[in-house]
Amino acid sequence: MTERKSRAYIMGAYEHPTRLATDKTIAQLHAESALGALADAGLGLNDVDGFFCGNDMPGIGAFAIVDYLNLRLRHIDTTDTGGCSYMIHVAHAVEAIAAGKCSVALVTLGGRPRAEGASTGTAPRPYHHAQPDIPFELPFGNVIAGSYAMCARRHMHEFGTTSEQLAWVKVAASHHAQHNPRALLREVVTVEEVVNSPLVADPLHRLDCCVITDGGGALVVTSPEIARQLARPLVGVIGMGEAMKGQDGGHVDLTYSAIAAAAPRAFSEAGVTPDDIKYASIYDSFTITVLMQIEDLGFCPKGQGGRFVADGNLISGSGRLPFNTDGGGLCNNHPNNRGGMTKIIEAVRQLRGEAHPAVQVPGCDLALASGIGGSLAMRHGGSVVILERQR
Amino acid sequence: MAEARGHVPDPQTFGNPETGHFWREAAHGRFVIKRCTACGKHHWYPRSHCPHCGGGETEWVDASGGGTIYSFTILRRGGGKVPAYVTLDEGISVFTNIVDCDPERLSIGQRVTVRFWAEEDGLVVPVFAPES
Ligand SMILES: [Zn+2]
Repeated sequence: MTERKSRAYIMGAYEHPTRLATDKTIAQLHAESALGALADAGLGLNDVDGFFCGNDMPGIGAFAIVDYLNLRLRHIDTTDTGGCSYMIHVAHAVEAIAAGKCSVALVTLGGRPRAEGASTGTAPRPYHHAQPDIPFELPFGNVIAGSYAMCARRHMHEFGTTSEQLAWVKVAASHHAQHNPRALLREVVTVEEVVNSPLVADPLHRLDCCVITDGGGALVVTSPEIARQLARPLVGVIGMGEAMKGQDGGHVDLTYSAIAAAAPRAFSEAGVTPDDIKYASIYDSFTITVLMQIEDLGFCPKGQGGRFVADGNLISGSGRLPFNTDGGGLCNNHPNNRGGMTKIIEAVRQLRGEAHPAVQVPGCDLALASGIGGSLAMRHGGSVVILERQR
Repeated sequence: MAEARGHVPDPQTFGNPETGHFWREAAHGRFVIKRCTACGKHHWYPRSHCPHCGGGETEWVDASGGGTIYSFTILRRGGGKVPAYVTLDEGISVFTNIVDCDPERLSIGQRVTVRFWAEEDGLVVPVFAPES
């Protein structure tokens, strides 16, 4: 165990157990997640002085949920970068804590798209007509699955990536999900089953797509002083990077993601390299999302992602890079269509040694969480957080 | 079956102070794009300033209407629509649909030409079809 100092620590993490919340409100899911994470840390609502959330709570920014929880805050941040918002919130919480703006930061997520019957990937997502891009994209079917599919097809064209290689991402996730009693899909699947599942948006099949689930999650990030008073393992945040990628004024290049810019910043800050990482949570909205990030994180050269993920290389215990050991968004949970929260939570479990024994990475003291939120071919955010077990 | 296609109401189209000219020209079957008067580069989607150099003055110019498919997909749950990026001969890529084609036989790099498609609400949008 190294003695590196972190500016802040993740001391509480909680994944809401539900996957279908017909009997709960969005605010309830936030609150139950918040209370779960605070209890995990050994803290209470009255200890919270910083709050972070995305736009998954209805209303202006954090107003409704902060008032609902009746928090007394010194610092509020409602940055939204889609599904990876919660990774950026952790990074921003570290900065706020280091700047003395707060000492106990609470990050929450909650939502119920499944109960509300949302067609997450195949119908237009919420938008405002005054977005300058909307008139030039909405008439053509700019749905999420199609956006990621165009990236997959371009990757195949440029690098020879195959549907079978993409399928291995889902196969690995399913191998992990079989051990997670709360996973929505626990059945181990084969490459053949993935490539033979119905096409949703060519070349992506149904089993290349993540699940739609209700639920939520929360994280508690604290100052070093408070962290040392708590009984939980110290999970230090040692590197952070964030970026956004759009269409570059029409100079579109779908072969890389915002992670290509975010990752070097995170690795540089942490003073580690991809070779040092023992476990990786990688946002898996679609199989192509994982493959693209693995390249952009530097786990393999650009274009080699297909070969890297094939043949079980992401399966814990046998592969070189154990990923998403909870089953990820592909099999376990993708609460409110926003998988960044559960990515951090599983990385924390791995660093604490609290993952399922069948998928726990031995001696896991250095982990990474990487996420892409938004629409990969249109506009998306990217965030990388590097975490280290320090006690 | 989810409807993948959405409709955009005025004043975001014909009445839009920044891009209304584009939609009025499209209604007459003309495909115009924006070019920067300072750096000379084209950009997409149209803006009043240049996203490449930050120049504050851009002008409408006629696009050739030709291009190649950069990438595409077939929305199996959206009625088989074919969203695509087409790289125009002017060098910029536009998000659009490929029409009048057998989607199964399309390929990246294929030559396409602009067509105009009338929406139910009267909006006319530029789409592309394989060159014959
Ligand atoms: Zn310019």
